[in-house]
Amino acid sequence: MADNSWEHPVAMAIPKGGYFELEQGRYGPVFPRTPACYGFSIFAKVIPGREPVFYDFAKKIEDAIAATPDYLAVLKLHYLRWVLIPVNGETYFMYQGIFDTDFDKYTEDAVSLFNKIGLNTVFENLEGFPEDWKTNAPAFIKFVRDHQCPSLLEYGEYPFVSADEIKKALRIKARFSEMLDLMQ
Amino acid sequence: MLELDDIQHFLVTRTRALAARYEFLSFQSPTAGHAWLEGMVDKVGTAQSVGANSPDARWITIAFTWNGLRALGLDEASLSSFPDEFQQGMAERAQVLGFTGANHPDQWIGELANPSLHAIAILFASDETERERCRKEHANYLAQLPGVQLLSSLDLAAIPPYDYPHEHFGFRDRLSHPIIEGLGEEPVPGPETPLKAGEFFLGYADESGVTPVMPKPEVLSHNGSYIAYLRMEEHVGAFRDFLREHGNTPDEQELIAAKFMGRWRSGAPLVLAPDKDHPELGADKQRTNDFNYGKMDPYGYACPVGSHIRRMNPRDTAENMQRRKMIRRGGTYGPALPEGAAEDGVERGIAAFIGCASLIRQFEFAMNVWVNDPNFKELGNERDPFVGTQDATFDYTIPKRPIRKKLKGLPAFTTIRGGAYFFLPGIRALRFLASGCPIAQHTS
Repeated sequence: MADNSWEHPVAMAIPKGGYFELEQGRYGPVFPRTPACYGFSIFAKVIPGREPVFYDFAKKIEDAIAATPDYLAVLKLHYLRWVLIPVNGETYFMYQGIFDTDFDKYTEDAVSLFNKIGLNTVFENLEGFPEDWKTNAPAFIKFVRDHQCPSLLEYGEYPFVSADEIKKALRIKARFSEMLDLMQ
Repeated sequence: MLELDDIQHFLVTRTRALAARYEFLSFQSPTAGHAWLEGMVDKVGTAQSVGANSPDARWITIAFTWNGLRALGLDEASLSSFPDEFQQGMAERAQVLGFTGANHPDQWIGELANPSLHAIAILFASDETERERCRKEHANYLAQLPGVQLLSSLDLAAIPPYDYPHEHFGFRDRLSHPIIEGLGEEPVPGPETPLKAGEFFLGYADESGVTPVMPKPEVLSHNGSYIAYLRMEEHVGAFRDFLREHGNTPDEQELIAAKFMGRWRSGAPLVLAPDKDHPELGADKQRTNDFNYGKMDPYGYACPVGSHIRRMNPRDTAENMQRRKMIRRGGTYGPALPEGAAEDGVERGIAAFIGCASLIRQFEFAMNVWVNDPNFKELGNERDPFVGTQDATFDYTIPKRPIRKKLKGLPAFTTIRGGAYFFLPGIRALRFLASGCPIAQHTS
């Protein structure tokens, strides 16, 4: 990656299937790094009547992050979006994450974190979620993989830049500003 | 409580073996496999029977590939309950593991990529004389079993000097290992804390707090483990040439070697001895593992971020480390290349096993995420200098003040000549397999 590759926005059209060349990860195909870094979009049907569970859990996440801001640090997230989507009178749940780490690489860390924050119990409200998820991590991972919908287009305003790099740049800017003030 | 009288000794105990032999076998019929196994089971050491004070001079371990379990007659439903990566076998997982180019299974030797590889018999022997005695005994045994074929074999022996175990590049080995709860071993000072037995043995709770689902039937999988085998040739001449090319004095050459490994050849860790070797530190079990990276060396000025030991165990700079531990066993093969001697083209290296309860979570994670990911810790274009697949296109950064040193186009110091995934059953499981995997004995 050239040092100034973040300077110009980049859009990337992605073939059907989600990758240009098949590269096998441990749990399935590796989805490429795009101008929007890495990500996944899980799309699964909610068991009818269970929508309130998702709203309750959203509040739980809000409180958890307020109490411990780096709670989700291991996921190297940029953004998370949870959406309930009505389709033909039924409700589907979309979990979209944009992050700096190839999902295949840190799958088990994510599963461990999900266990810790109780996300797996929320996923139990999705049709097809494995009943034995507590003792069968590979089955949970398979569920996520099977319900992943790859992107066909991704755009990045500051392409390929990691969250760490962004925070570093902002920190340097703040300290430089402070230094200039002190020199007055 | 660990059933030490049922678990094979291999991952639990260290024997005083100075020689070994691995025999790779194929069964032409289930009956042939049963007959061979029936005559071997009583010779297999358990974690209880084999110890430092054992009077035995030889120690036997038996393990099977997924194809081997099928060859012994295991039913299809049980076979399909084994993890996907074990079913596929290491050769099929080459891309996941980063085994490309010269490390690709198309280049492997010893029939390790052959789907007819069914079993491995691992012999550890007190010395080469005992190894030879056992080799002849087993050869005589195989001669009576026409349906059992010896696909290939590998002889191993410790190389001089014999005061401590080391490999062909000269690095001291066996300086850190996981501590398993319930075995009574006291941890030494350092970040290693006792781990739940389920991280290495099936049928026990692991660090997630639960006992994970096991392959069926339980009589086969309980007390078993998975072992990943790697035969890695070490290009000693190329390594020594590289050190001479990049270091003007012996001290500079030793420092470069240490910067690749993360320890001096004596074993002294760079984090505790950043500028000069301290051999007594390397040998001192109370100190040699007592360091971390995040607090003591965050930028890698002592121990480069991409060095071998820092990749294989990132300590306090990675999450969930208690889920990524592995037990290593193995030794050196091939004659030592004396200092000053020219490269003679004779194959030498290490042939090792990595033991764990989940190949995908432990072994494959290490190879895929730590060893062969060029962007490990955002290094950009670097792989493990020893175990990584090197093809002269990857770099190596040695952080230094004021300016870091960047070596470009690292040559391959090693080549993977072969590998395989094996399942290491308990003793009851071996008897179950020897008796033909009778379905009546299944409860699940």
